[in-house]
Amino acid sequence: MASIAGAPSVPSEKILRSPGYWATVWRRFRRDPVAVGAGLMIVAIVMIAILAPYIAPQDPYKGMTLRRLKPPGTEGFPLGTDELGRDMLSRLIYGARISLFMGVTPVFIALFIGSAIGIVAGYAGGWLNTVLMRTIDVFFAFPSVLLAIALSGALGAGIMNGLISLTVVFVPPIARVAESVTTGIRNRDFVDAARASGAGALTIIRKHVLGNVLGPIFVYAMSLIAVSMILASGLSFLGLGVKPPEPEWGLMLNTLRTAIYTQPLLCALPGLMIFITSISFNLLTDGMRSAMDMKA
Amino acid sequence: MLAYIAKRIVYTLPIMLGVAVVCFMLVHLAPGDPLVSVLPPDASESLKQQLLVLYGFDRPYIEQFAKWLWRALQGDLGTSIRTNRPVVAEVAKAVSNTLMLAALATLIGFLLGALFGFVAGYFRDSWIDKAASALSVVGVSVPHYWLGMVLVIIFAATLGWLPPTGAGPGGSEAWKWDWAHVRHMILPAITMSVIPMGIIARTVRALVGEILSQEFVAGLRAKGMTELDVLRHVVKNAAPTALAVMGIQLGYLLGGSILIETVFAWPGTGLLLNDAIFQRDLPLLQGTILVLAMFFVLLNMTVDVMQTALDPRVERS
Repeated sequence: MASIAGAPSVPSEKILRSPGYWATVWRRFRRDPVAVGAGLMIVAIVMIAILAPYIAPQDPYKGMTLRRLKPPGTEGFPLGTDELGRDMLSRLIYGARISLFMGVTPVFIALFIGSAIGIVAGYAGGWLNTVLMRTIDVFFAFPSVLLAIALSGALGAGIMNGLISLTVVFVPPIARVAESVTTGIRNRDFVDAARASGAGALTIIRKHVLGNVLGPIFVYAMSLIAVSMILASGLSFLGLGVKPPEPEWGLMLNTLRTAIYTQPLLCALPGLMIFITSISFNLLTDGMRSAMDMKA
Repeated sequence: MLAYIAKRIVYTLPIMLGVAVVCFMLVHLAPGDPLVSVLPPDASESLKQQLLVLYGFDRPYIEQFAKWLWRALQGDLGTSIRTNRPVVAEVAKAVSNTLMLAALATLIGFLLGALFGFVAGYFRDSWIDKAASALSVVGVSVPHYWLGMVLVIIFAATLGWLPPTGAGPGGSEAWKWDWAHVRHMILPAITMSVIPMGIIARTVRALVGEILSQEFVAGLRAKGMTELDVLRHVVKNAAPTALAVMGIQLGYLLGGSILIETVFAWPGTGLLLNDAIFQRDLPLLQGTILVLAMFFVLLNMTVDVMQTALDPRVERS
């Protein structure tokens, strides 16, 4: 049979396929120079953390009283030395390891626990939702800084206790976001259709809910990393969290406070690293959000 | 309205109970037994048992919690192990110092943030917008304890214009609103104001942009209203939400002041918490956190009620 008269005949190889959601997101993201720059900065910091033993010029733990608090630019110590005569550059490089680990890990653990709680609460609804979300509400009654410090203050200093406290801080907000996006999905037609065809709750969550909610939850969690970096280093700054002599940016900031009058430039360096990392994460998530066309 | 307020209070009560449970559990989260800071390390087992009974730590948790809560409701939060003074007195003194600092910081942050946000939202995508947006990203990304140190380095250590720490020549006891005292407050307040400034600028920018794109604005302009009068409408529409954000930010600053107070040795709740943590003064830790969290809950409730009162469009659910 001939085609309908007048219909344009399109050569099959010229039909444009829609590039798909994630491809579109990636294309939009690539066009955002600020977001790409922030992403590259994070890649660079991660590389510094991974390659620390190979690029650090000195041993970050070895100090010498004779060369205490040398200013940046001293021969052999491009960024000077700290209050125990340890090489600042090497300590900042090694500091990327612990500081990144302390900042990123709690958010990922919380992403796991928080989405589980939120998705279950959102999908189940009813009394289970009420019990879970009211419990979560209690933690919203504490400002996040206060909760983190209260928990690690009670548990005592140490990397593990710091991680636990920060995880507890980030579970409630992630659970709340997960619950609200899941509630938005659960009454959609395709979920009803799956239920009508006899799919069990687990299958529906795995096949129909997860794919639709994980994107927004993940981007939200990413936006918490900047806060988490500041909080984690803040704990160490207070003397909770990481203990000396570990090189960690917040802790370095604390121990260098005594040198504020003698070597002011030196004291500011570890904080600058925290600032650069946290602003990069913020700009990256802003870019991801607008590429995914989500509201802040 | 009254019914709504009553409902809001009833809804807040279980949260307050939950907060009390969390604060109570803090002491029992601590490693070792709760007496670890009172007892000398070589205390005999029988003395330890005696003290456990004396403090009531041998009773079941539920009973301990009920007793603690009952006393807390009557304004008795126990005795500080370090100073032997009632926790309530210690906290009350510190809260007023923190409140003073946080209120000033919120005010600075709100005025600057609202200004930047408004200009940015009005001149969308202009260079002013980009500069204001950049400033607000800096505001939420900067580790404020580091910013405090940088300000101390510049204005105290290098220029010598302002004192680096403390709350006045006479310490914390004799606060007066004179220059000798107020100059101690400038650096911590500016440091603290950076976070609410960034958040309020972001909120106001989004609000103004959204309001300007609504049809009623086009309508106002079409009927010949001057741009200044149109702006007045925009401000009126944005105000309730912006003020609500400001109220919540004040709560965050009250609870989150510990890092800044540590940098500036400002004698508020943050410094008190710091002492409580490092001297393992658990009753003081518990009491301070309880008071701050309750403050935060009540503040959030008040903000909700005020917002509903100011803005009839907010749903009273």
